[in-house]
Amino acid sequence: MQIDDVTSYERSIAKYLRQDRLPHIWCAGCGIGPVLNCFLRAIDSAELNPDLVSVVSGIGCSGRVAGYVKLDSFHTTHGRAIPFATGLKLANPQLKTVVFSGDGDLVAIGGNHLIHAARRNIDMTVICINNFTYGMTGGQVGPTAPLDVRTATTPYGNFEPPFNLPWLLHASGASYIARWTVLHLHQLELTIVEALRRPGFSFIEVISPCPAIYGRMNKEPEGLDSLRNYIKRSVIKHGAGPRETAIDHKGPIVVGKFLDIDQPTLQDHLIGVAAKAKKPVKK
Amino acid sequence: MTAKRIGIESSLAVAEAVRLANVDVIAAYPITPQTHIVEGLAEMVANGHLDAEYIPVESEHSAMSSCLGASAVGARAFTATASQGLILMHEVLLVAASLRLPVVMAVTNRALSGPLNIWGDHSDVMIARDAGWIQIFAENGQQAFDQTLCAFRIAEHQDVLLPVIINFDGFHVSHVIEPMHFLDQKTVDEFLPPYRHPHALDPDKPVTMGGFAMPNMYTEGRKSLDTALRESKKVILDTWKQFGDIAGRYYKPVEKYQAENADTLLVTVGSYSENAMDAVDKMQAEGKKVGLVRVRLWRPFPYKEIIEALSGATNVIVLDRAISLGGPAPVCSEIRAALYSLKDRPQVVSIVGGLGGRDISPANFEKLIATALDKIKTGDAAETIMFGVRE
Repeated sequence: MQIDDVTSYERSIAKYLRQDRLPHIWCAGCGIGPVLNCFLRAIDSAELNPDLVSVVSGIGCSGRVAGYVKLDSFHTTHGRAIPFATGLKLANPQLKTVVFSGDGDLVAIGGNHLIHAARRNIDMTVICINNFTYGMTGGQVGPTAPLDVRTATTPYGNFEPPFNLPWLLHASGASYIARWTVLHLHQLELTIVEALRRPGFSFIEVISPCPAIYGRMNKEPEGLDSLRNYIKRSVIKHGAGPRETAIDHKGPIVVGKFLDIDQPTLQDHLIGVAAKAKKPVKK
Repeated sequence: MTAKRIGIESSLAVAEAVRLANVDVIAAYPITPQTHIVEGLAEMVANGHLDAEYIPVESEHSAMSSCLGASAVGARAFTATASQGLILMHEVLLVAASLRLPVVMAVTNRALSGPLNIWGDHSDVMIARDAGWIQIFAENGQQAFDQTLCAFRIAEHQDVLLPVIINFDGFHVSHVIEPMHFLDQKTVDEFLPPYRHPHALDPDKPVTMGGFAMPNMYTEGRKSLDTALRESKKVILDTWKQFGDIAGRYYKPVEKYQAENADTLLVTVGSYSENAMDAVDKMQAEGKKVGLVRVRLWRPFPYKEIIEALSGATNVIVLDRAISLGGPAPVCSEIRAALYSLKDRPQVVSIVGGLGGRDISPANFEKLIATALDKIKTGDAAETIMFGVRE
């Protein structure tokens, strides 16, 4: 699909939103809204039947997405979005299952589920809003926070090395890995469309501003500050190797589509094993 | 004690108590409404005001596990949590008690999902009731500060060696700025001796923790833990006496307010007790014989003190800020059980209210007491009353 196809196509995302739940809780300048926007437009572009799309979120600011979409949605306990989604998908394989959550939820408390879902290559799209912090609880250090950044629990700078998520997911067995920032909304939308249309475990990391909490402590107190920072620092490099995608405090933010491979999904394996199973012998 | 009174948020006062206790390890995960406590501690560690390790773990399960590891090698360990965080810790909570590791934890009591709710009630800790921890309630920030200091001394006493939870209500206490008296470092150091675990992990004297018990040993293990928890009351009483002598603030397992000569006693737990006090004052001024009894020590359950406080009353009204779905409300059911062996038992009415942060104002308390007394009069006091529920 060409970018023009997307931009020229006049669509409304209103039908996918529970407008009675608006206004949303997100702060001015937060990146979650634009990503939700991209996601809803991507559902439209991918021509998915909304009745067969389910959205699962965990806890935190990004977790609120499940409550705003007019789709079957599940707001789970902290960190457990992926296991809930795994249950949904296995019980009803025709569902297009999307996990929409944040870095704290998916990578910290739910980190174990993330790597195991990738290992199984279950047919699922995970959109991970990465704002490097636990925004909703006031901006404590999380496992994606770059070294040296200031947070509510690291007032002189973070001393724990962060995860490089594309590398983690690559090593865990995901089929499709991409990263964009909230600056790259067109690319993000196309990526979500692509991920929704393909089988297997797809992981999309979206670097997102958190001006009110994280930004305030790291010289990006306005959403626009972060976007200017993304203009300066982001480097598009499709197919970048996992070692190139680490994010530090000041260096380049490598974005693009890093991995897109076809490999058997969990369902394929299950069908394979089922075919091998012997019929019970009648006595 | 310091004579100076300062205004401070209760969560930060608890952090200050933990600093004065000179803990060695803090492991915590963010959860509302607890987070200010550990943010305060993280800042103290970063600023060099507290010589401790701050571990920003990846979940509450890991927070408690890290505290256990620290405590097992003889380090003083602290964490704080609430609600979903506390129940995610559950597996490790039980192990902390059975390994006799004296971790201290502040719990800013908060409702449990679902629906998801971040405001205060006691659902979270009531589910932890049987975990083997000593459990104490504070009603305001000063009490939370005091009880946190006492908690370390109780937990680490060689006759106790059990973990302690200090409960105080989320937001209604945790986020409120109050005038408080702190203790100075010298006083705290005299009150709180260094932590020594008699069987700490030590390469020179290897021990194994977390052993396996066959059916021929498991019952004895549980019995010894139960005995230790029940007998910890002696040390709790002694600690509160010692603390009162230095701070001038004395605490009891069950505390009475205007309860003399009262026919009707209201029983409360936690911060709403202060609203209940206002209601009792007003009702007494109107000539009504109503008094208040507050439960401070929840585990070990203070049978003797409960019976002593309530046996003379005609009517007892117990407010639970937790619902036991499909069963009797937790505090009331234990109080009913404690009173059952008495020959002349008071009538006991169970009320559930104040869930998920819903206020019970002094005026509401008057209404609550009147509702309960009506139920006694009409003879249908057996059912739990949901106070203020819209149906």
